[in-house]
Amino acid sequence: MSEEELPAWSLSAAAVERIALPEEWPGEVTRDWAWGGATGAGARVCVLDSGIEDGHPLVGKVQQSVAISIEGDEVIVDEADTQGDLCGHGTACAGVIRSLAPECELVSVRVLGAGYTGSGAVLLEGLKWAIEQGYDVINMSLSTTKQKFASLLHELADTAYFQRTMLVASAHNMPVESYPWRFSSVISVGSHEGHDPLEYYYNPAPPVEFFARGVDVEVAWNGGGRLVCTGNSFATPHVAGIVALLLSKHPELTPFQLKSVLYLVANNVGGGK
Amino acid sequence: MSDDLRAAVAAGVLGAEEQFQALLQSIVDVARAIFRAKASSIFLLDEEADELVFEAVAGEGSDSLVGQRFPSSTGIAGFVLVSRQPLVIEDVLQDPRFSRETAESTGFVPKGLMAVPLLHDERALGVLEVLDRPQDTRFTLAEMDLLGLFANQAAIALDLLQRARRAQAALAGEGDLAVVARVAETLEQQRDEEDGSRESALRLLTELEKLL
Repeated sequence: MSEEELPAWSLSAAAVERIALPEEWPGEVTRDWAWGGATGAGARVCVLDSGIEDGHPLVGKVQQSVAISIEGDEVIVDEADTQGDLCGHGTACAGVIRSLAPECELVSVRVLGAGYTGSGAVLLEGLKWAIEQGYDVINMSLSTTKQKFASLLHELADTAYFQRTMLVASAHNMPVESYPWRFSSVISVGSHEGHDPLEYYYNPAPPVEFFARGVDVEVAWNGGGRLVCTGNSFATPHVAGIVALLLSKHPELTPFQLKSVLYLVANNVGGGK
Repeated sequence: MSDDLRAAVAAGVLGAEEQFQALLQSIVDVARAIFRAKASSIFLLDEEADELVFEAVAGEGSDSLVGQRFPSSTGIAGFVLVSRQPLVIEDVLQDPRFSRETAESTGFVPKGLMAVPLLHDERALGVLEVLDRPQDTRFTLAEMDLLGLFANQAAIALDLLQRARRAQAALAGEGDLAVVARVAETLEQQRDEEDGSRESALRLLTELEKLL
């Protein structure tokens, strides 16, 4: 075992010093410590959705647009998708993230547009591809109700968690079982009725972990347009944007630590200070 | 299928489709009234064609829309179906692409819409939309919950409607084996006739069975 390797399965007495973390934790974790002065620079954020309209005034530059589709048994990854946004929804999510983290890198992975049939499999392949790219944050305002994808999605969510990719997913406010937002390795987000984009709450009664702004949100839409929208779909990118800020200031944070910081400075925990 | 069983199934299925359709209509009527909206509609997903079909419409467009189809991945309804996420959109007019699309398919341009997926067990059966609620009121999460309750009811009704249609199709012997069902039906009707044609037909069918 080389000196640099960190202990993975057990911790010997000699190794304790080697896992000392570089991060300096303050006595009290505040929002100023967490993301004060941060712009999102250096954070790579992926929006897994209907595509993003590149150059939209509220979105700016999209670093890369990728489209996932399935033909027969073959997964096709078009790494230079030119279709833009087929609905407007992905652009809306990207605009929210950009408004919070103006200098983050945005990548679009389009998993919608090929019809309903097979959409669950495309979602799964899109998520798999995005995790392989090692993005810092993946915004997923989508879910599937197909039980057969649940265990594969669970594995993917855990893979992301252990490789330091933070998956932020929309919770379902309907009485159905759906995935991947229910898994504890992702951050799941529901809506509150407030209007402050940085106002969010920790939920002591999971599975929904956080509530963020999701009602009457002005968002970017296709054709350079803007709409006022409501839904957990729009609460999710608020948390994804905050995570991008956190990671641009503290890139070494693991998903576990990210969740801890989010908890500590939530409006109902640290009072939003 | 025995005569008794057939009669029992027929009694359960005949007229059921109309009843379930009336239930769907009632759901969109009530949704429209409660949200004080201009229109409300339910789309059924036709999985084979991968299309959404207008199944029930209340308010504007109610005369002409039922039965119209469009691809399952276009527009807001398509997104809601595939993403399984409910959406509320105001100021739809600000999106030129969306307005044109909707105007073409529905004959009127909404200023806002609420769309919610109709989920039953693992399946997404369709979408419920409520168009143009009054602009003077702010949207609340309580309304979102109410929409979810309607969606649950609509999903159950859609599931029943699909079951009734499948049962009716089976009884009607639709599909490429329909001829077999029709022959069986005719033989059943000729049970009491004594001109020998029934016996001849049965002998022929027995030979056909051996051949197969």
